[in-house]
Amino acid sequence: MSIVIEHLSKRFGAFAALDDIQLEVKQGELLALLGPSGSGKTTLLRIIAGLEHADTGRVLFDGEDAARLSVQARRAGFVFQHYALFRHLNVADNIAFGLRVRRGAERWPDSRIRARVEELLSLVQLEGLGGRYPAQLSGGQRQRVALARALAIEPRVLLLDEPFGALDAQVRRDLRRWLRELHDRTGLTTLFVTHDQEEALELADRVAILNGGKLEQLGTPAAVYDQPASPFIYGFVGEVNRLPAQWRDGRLHAEGQPVTAELAGVGQGAAHLYVRPEDLRVSDEASGWPARVVAEQRSGPRLRVRAVLEQSQSPVEVELPASNDGAFPVGARLHVAPARAGWFPAG
Amino acid sequence: MSEVLLESGIPPMIPSPHAVLSDSAPVRVAQARDATTEPRWAQALLILGALAFLLAFLLLPLLLVFVEALRGGVGAFVQAVSETDALAAVKLTLLVTGIVVPLNLLFGVAAAWAVSKHQFPGKRWLVTLIDLPFAVSPVVAGLIFVLIFGAQGWAWPLIDEGWTGTLPLLGEVHVQLPKIIFALPGIVLATVFVTFPFIARELMPLMEQQGTDEELAALSLGASGWQTFWRVTLPNIRWALLYGVLLCSARAMGEFGAVSVVSGHIRGRTNTLPLHVEILYNEYAYSAAFAAASLLALSALITLVLKTYLEWRHGESLAANHRH
Repeated sequence: MSIVIEHLSKRFGAFAALDDIQLEVKQGELLALLGPSGSGKTTLLRIIAGLEHADTGRVLFDGEDAARLSVQARRAGFVFQHYALFRHLNVADNIAFGLRVRRGAERWPDSRIRARVEELLSLVQLEGLGGRYPAQLSGGQRQRVALARALAIEPRVLLLDEPFGALDAQVRRDLRRWLRELHDRTGLTTLFVTHDQEEALELADRVAILNGGKLEQLGTPAAVYDQPASPFIYGFVGEVNRLPAQWRDGRLHAEGQPVTAELAGVGQGAAHLYVRPEDLRVSDEASGWPARVVAEQRSGPRLRVRAVLEQSQSPVEVELPASNDGAFPVGARLHVAPARAGWFPAG
Repeated sequence: MSEVLLESGIPPMIPSPHAVLSDSAPVRVAQARDATTEPRWAQALLILGALAFLLAFLLLPLLLVFVEALRGGVGAFVQAVSETDALAAVKLTLLVTGIVVPLNLLFGVAAAWAVSKHQFPGKRWLVTLIDLPFAVSPVVAGLIFVLIFGAQGWAWPLIDEGWTGTLPLLGEVHVQLPKIIFALPGIVLATVFVTFPFIARELMPLMEQQGTDEELAALSLGASGWQTFWRVTLPNIRWALLYGVLLCSARAMGEFGAVSVVSGHIRGRTNTLPLHVEILYNEYAYSAAFAAASLLALSALITLVLKTYLEWRHGESLAANHRH
């Protein structure tokens, strides 16, 4: 099912949670809603689910205005951040809940419900745990039960609110991979909310970045990372060094030299140059920016070197493969040059 | 004594060798204990003090009730409690409790549900109103009903003659309220007023704490509002509900002040057990009074046992202030 969001706005008192959001979710895609706390991403998800109402704008499910559908009729499977499993029911009854509350013609016979529960238990790899209660499960297991419960009603869209937020790092990584496989198998249109940019970039087909209630960029993980649409995105998705720069005669100058990297567009006057740590290459004296090392930190497969550029005294962070460990002690002098960069006007 | 400080600047707890050798007086070693624990003597004092208070003001009077009840022997005790008026009082008490508790169950659950799962204007006022019976003296509560439904009250015409009128669809209609003061309805009303907060107050913090996520999950899975209430909300509060019902019953059985004002003390008809105790006592039938009182004391003890059992077995399902 495709979802189209038109001019959606929502305020809580004086606070604008969502400001004129325009978004289209394609059939069968896995879309991440990424943003810092308070950016409106959870509010947007809940409005799509029908758990909250927008002040203005529309949500269209396959072209049909969802406002005419109640929460129950939307068939949007929702997975809550803290799972919201029914604590007094066991796993099997939790999963079967959506099927057992149906009435009349829609109601399935008990045997079919039981078969579906078994099918879902093996889909989420929790076979044999149907008799357990939520309190007896680990966080990762509870999350999978919540997912199975949402899938049981054969939803048209799957909505996940920070699905892995409450889990530890290793479990999170495993479940991320598992969710991607599940999505590829079911082909269900899925939206998930996260503030973890690594998660969004790793999982999603496309990423929608929200900030302060506004949609800042919508694109593939590669597009969002390589061609950020705003300074905020540069800093929020991945890391970036921001350097003062100046446009002169159609060329951007930084650190007293024209910038060697390819830049999109031409500007005028003061600007900022944005270079990611991994795009700063160590170069020779002739073409690089001189800098002095302030600290170096080995972090797993990477070496992070913090230095201060001599010309502008701006701090920069350079990311190098770990094989360079020891090559840049504190106080050493080096030259760096950007292999790739972006720019935005200053102010 | 020379002060020897550790590198951190804190004086050591154990005496330094210098202090032990240079001083003639023995050095007291500070006892290792938690920073938040009182010294032994303070703990003993507090516990003994609390126990003494409980013994004097709670346990002893309770014991005395049973002692006095059986003073004339078991035969006299049985005769006192099986006498007609006493039996009528017991029946009335049970009847009133049997009506009041289900009513308060309904109101309490509805009020707690509305307050804890929804936002609406006037919510704070509702919560204050729910607490009103705790602030009002039971005698005043009874008086309120006398002033409304008594012979000089506002609603008296409705009781005495009733109201006859023509309604659009129903035609000629005659509405007449039954006698309320000095009769069962009055006693029920007064008891409902006084015991209303118990169930609501028991449920509200628990339901607020549980939040609305499970209900929202149920709705998103296709459950109707009513199904959500029956299958999700109610099971989550069942033990707290039982606890509240227990408190409400205990209070309903023992209520004196409000019922005393509205009942009229008609022997055999509008006397509840607490009222019956007062009558016996005023007639100097002390042994019989204590016998009746011991029935109430017994119900109090049973309530206590059930309450403790609930807290012990299902403590986590109750509101936070009941967990130990």
